[in-house]
Amino acid sequence: MKTGIVSYGAYIPRTRIEPAEIGRVWGIDGEAMGKGLMVHRKSVPMPDEDTITISVQAARDMMQRTQADPEEIGAIFVGSESHPYAVKPTSTIVAEAIEAAPHLTAADYEFACKAGTAAIQTSMGLVGSGMMRYSVAIGADTSQGAPGDALEYTAAAGGAALLIGTEKERLIAVINHTYSFTTDTPDFWRREGQMYPSHGGRFTGEPAYFKHVVTAGKTLMEMADTKPEDYHHVILHQPNGKFPNRAGKQMGFTSEQLKYGLLTPEIGNTYSGAVMLGLASVLDIAKPGDRILMVAFGSGAGSDAFDLTVTDEIEKIPREKGTTVREMIDNYTLIDYATYAKYRGKIKMRE
Amino acid sequence: MGSIPRFWRENPSRYNLVGVKCDNCGRVFFPPRDICPVCHRESIGKMKRLELSGKGSVYSYTLVQDAHPQFEMLKPYILAMVEMDEGVKITSQIIDVKPEDVHIGMKVEAVMRKLGAEGNSGILHYGYKFRPVKE
Ligand SMILES: [Zn+2]
Repeated sequence: MKTGIVSYGAYIPRTRIEPAEIGRVWGIDGEAMGKGLMVHRKSVPMPDEDTITISVQAARDMMQRTQADPEEIGAIFVGSESHPYAVKPTSTIVAEAIEAAPHLTAADYEFACKAGTAAIQTSMGLVGSGMMRYSVAIGADTSQGAPGDALEYTAAAGGAALLIGTEKERLIAVINHTYSFTTDTPDFWRREGQMYPSHGGRFTGEPAYFKHVVTAGKTLMEMADTKPEDYHHVILHQPNGKFPNRAGKQMGFTSEQLKYGLLTPEIGNTYSGAVMLGLASVLDIAKPGDRILMVAFGSGAGSDAFDLTVTDEIEKIPREKGTTVREMIDNYTLIDYATYAKYRGKIKMRE
Repeated sequence: MGSIPRFWRENPSRYNLVGVKCDNCGRVFFPPRDICPVCHRESIGKMKRLELSGKGSVYSYTLVQDAHPQFEMLKPYILAMVEMDEGVKITSQIIDVKPEDVHIGMKVEAVMRKLGAEGNSGILHYGYKFRPVKE
């Protein structure tokens, strides 16, 4: 049975910092760094925001756009590498906050930046098999780079939620195909109890990001029997603005196709939120018949690729009841590095 | 640890602004109460669950400069009485706004935020705060 998207929602914290300001503190030309990475500013969570509040806001935004009864949601999966608790699921709090509890299953996923798309695939299986009517897949993060590390210029916060159902429901987008490519690659990791991640430097590019994203994208197009020009919108994982543009070219896509799904230049890398926020941004403006290709990447490493077709339902759901991704990108307030350090717990406080 | 059961019991009202409406006089209460303080015995069995819309406007407010240690990171911040569209008033923080932009009558909506944490290893508390609505 065909499965797809019934509704969607998104959330991006309002605070931002610019690369020039980060570079000023560390004695680096941050502006040049930002230009090289194609990241002009990144989102920062307030001290009272975390992966739980971001997930809840995205899920509520998703529920605003649908008539679906929250009690018919059979599962909620939240993918993140920054769950606030090591033990105590984010997903249970989301379930309570959208009134889907208690008759459902829930779990938190981890797979670097692709835990949210793994949640989509699990959801497809659960609704497609008839085990439940709806399942919710969320990708959200409030990631941190070590102070002074290159990642500090990009690691940002945000998330998106998708309500997954079958063709028996009014799907706004059908998922035609999905394909994953997974290998044991040590490009980026964080050991238990460590505050900041480590990465393999230049090793993160070719054998990790590009190999996985391009292989998954190309294999998916073979499965779907499609050509690059068949897609109206292409969303690729975006650790910075540069990588998805290069991977897109390698697969035969133009920057025009990437336009609506590429948010990192304006909000930074939202990790598990990245491609899902890109998809929400595309769904905000999508028209019936639009074909979408989405490829997530998670270090460690793997890529999940999806081929979707937007249906007539996209014009029937009340998209305006939620907040558009564009509105959230444009509504921001800048902070300096000292405030950023305070907000992100980088200042050692008295116990 | 003592406050965990109390917080947990109040989660539905703090997450989703669930109050009650007295079917006798029509007044709305938040947080929920068992008996209407106006109708007393008349209200027994007539207090109905009512989920607030989350929309309201600023009734009055103050700038908090000397914050409780839990809110140290957020100061200075706006603490307001918000009059909900259903008529009941709720005291809460106003977020995502410059203090000088807050005014009486400003339209706001509830969002979920972290309310606090019990030290470095204790439970985290979540609930509503209010942010401005685009007008
Ligand atoms: Zn009464």
